Amino acid sequence: MSNLEKYDGAFIEALEVEKEQLEGLEYQQIPSWDSVGHMELVAAIEDAFDIMMDTDDIIDFSSYEKGKEILAQNYNIEF
Amino acid sequence: MWDFSRFGNKTALIDEYGTAITYEQLEQEGEKISNVISKRCLVFSLCENSIGSILGYSSFLNHNIVPVLLSSHLEKELLENLMSVYRPAYLWVPNGQVNEFKGSRMIYEGYGYALLQTDDHRNYPLYEDLCLMLTTSGSTGSPKFVRQSYGNVKDNAKSIVEYLKLDESERPITTLPMNYTYGLSIINSHFFVGATLLVTDKGLMQKEFWSFFKNQGATSFGGVPYTYEMLDRLRFWRMELPSLRTMTQAGGKLIPELHKKFAEHAKEAGKNFIVMYGQCEATARMGYLPPEKAIEKCGSMGIAIPGGEFHLVDINGKYISEPFVTGELVYKGTNVTLGYAECGEDLRKADERNGVLQTGDMAQFDEDGYFYIVGRKKRFLKIYGNRVNLDEIDRLVKGRFETIDCASAGVDDHMYLFVTDEALSDAVKEFVVFKTKLNAAAFQVVAVDEIPKNDSGKTLYKELEKYYR
Repeated sequence: MSNLEKYDGAFIEALEVEKEQLEGLEYQQIPSWDSVGHMELVAAIEDAFDIMMDTDDIIDFSSYEKGKEILAQNYNIEF
Repeated sequence: MWDFSRFGNKTALIDEYGTAITYEQLEQEGEKISNVISKRCLVFSLCENSIGSILGYSSFLNHNIVPVLLSSHLEKELLENLMSVYRPAYLWVPNGQVNEFKGSRMIYEGYGYALLQTDDHRNYPLYEDLCLMLTTSGSTGSPKFVRQSYGNVKDNAKSIVEYLKLDESERPITTLPMNYTYGLSIINSHFFVGATLLVTDKGLMQKEFWSFFKNQGATSFGGVPYTYEMLDRLRFWRMELPSLRTMTQAGGKLIPELHKKFAEHAKEAGKNFIVMYGQCEATARMGYLPPEKAIEKCGSMGIAIPGGEFHLVDINGKYISEPFVTGELVYKGTNVTLGYAECGEDLRKADERNGVLQTGDMAQFDEDGYFYIVGRKKRFLKIYGNRVNLDEIDRLVKGRFETIDCASAGVDDHMYLFVTDEALSDAVKEFVVFKTKLNAAAFQVVAVDEIPKNDSGKTLYKELEKYYR
C-alpha cells in the first residue's frame, strides 16, 4: 500500500467519509471531523505509519492537505 | 444578579480577535438591551462562546428577563418546534442567523448579536423567581427544560466562588458551551468576583485555542471526561502553560486511571486538579474533591459543596449510615432547581422540589465521608459530557425503523445499538448520529437474532452486557 493510500484510508475509516470528499477537506467542515473525530483521525494515522505525533503537529493538523505537509516535513513520510 | 459597577474598568470578557468589554461597558450595554424589552418576558437565546452571546445573557439576568439557553447550532426544525411550544417574545441570535427568522423584527444590534422581536409570541405567566431555563439532553430538541431560580443561580455561583477560592485575578478560558450548565456556571461564578473571561468557540484541537490561551494567560479551564482523554492524547503535560493554575472536571465520571494521572501530574506541576460532581437539576454543582485530596481519594467525586448536604438512601428510603454501602445519592441545598417545564403553561409553576434532589446516581461513601459514584438508577449514558437517555433512543429508532426490534445500552462515551436486521446497521447508526448530533465514534451497532425479553415483554438489558463488558 502506498503512503497516500494509507493516509486516505485513515481519513475514510476515522471520519467515515468517501475518497471523493478528501481533497480540500478542513477541520469542522463536516460533522464527523470535530474534536472527537480529530482524535480518531490522529490515532488512525499514528497506527498507519507507526509514528507518535507531537502536540504541536496534532493541533496544527487543520486540513487534509496540511496533514500531508506535516507528515512529509516532520516525519519523513513521502507522498 | 451581578453588580458590575463594582468592577468598573476591569476587563470582563476578551475574545481571540482582541475585542474586549469592561464591566462598566457590560452594564451600560446591558441597560440598552433591557430598555428595548419593555417588561419581564421569555427570550430564546441562541448561544455561542462569544462576547455578544454572554452580554445578552448577563443583561437578561440583571433585568428580570428570562432566557432559554439553546445552542446556536440547534437544528432549524427542532428550534421551530420549541418556539411553537413556548412562543418567546424575543430571540437573541448571532448576526449571521438573523435572516433565518423572517417574521421577526430586529430592535437592537451589537457585539455580533441581534435582538429580534417575534411576531407570534404569547405571554405565558412567569413564576416570579424563574431566572432561566436550560435543556437536559443537549441537542435532541426535547422541549423539557430545567427551571432555575434567581436564588439557585446566585447561591450555586457563590458556593463555587468559595470552594474554588476565586478572585478577580482569575482568567478562565471557555472550553464548554455556555448553554451547558457546567460552562454556564463558570461564567456565573467568575462574574461575582470581577474576573476576566477568555471567550472562544475554538476547541482544544485547534492551534488558535492554544495561542489564545498562552497570549492571554489563562488560569483555568473545565472539562468533561472526554476533554481529559483528549488532553492525555495531546500529551498535555509537555505543554508549557505557566499561567495555568486550576483544571476542573465534571460532566461524568472520569476513569480512575486518568483521575490519578492528572492528579499526579498536577501535583508535580504545582497546579490544582479538581474533580467535581453536578447536574443541571442542581443548577450546576453539588460536590467537589478538594485538590489536596485528589491523589489520596482518587476515583471519588468528593464532598458536598459549601451550603449543601449529601445523603444515601436505601431501597426503603432509609438513610444509610455505614460506609461502603450503596444507595441512591440525595442532595439538599438551595441550588436544587424548581423543577421542569414541558410547555408554556409550566412557566408559572413554583418550586416543586423544596431543596431536595434525588440524583438518580447510586453511590457509596468511605470512612472519611468521601463519596464515590458507582452506578445509575436510570437508563442513560453520558456521551462526551452529554446526557443521552437510552429509552428515548430506543423509541426514536423503533419509530423510524418499524420493521426491526432494537435496544440501546453501553457505557459512558460508548453506546451499543442492538438491532435485529444487519442490513439496516448503517442506517440505524446514521440516524442516531443525526438525532443526537454526537460523533459517530461513540456508537457501535451490533446485529442480534432477537432482543432478549422476559415473559411480559420487558427488554432484559442485563443479557446484552456480554457484548460490551
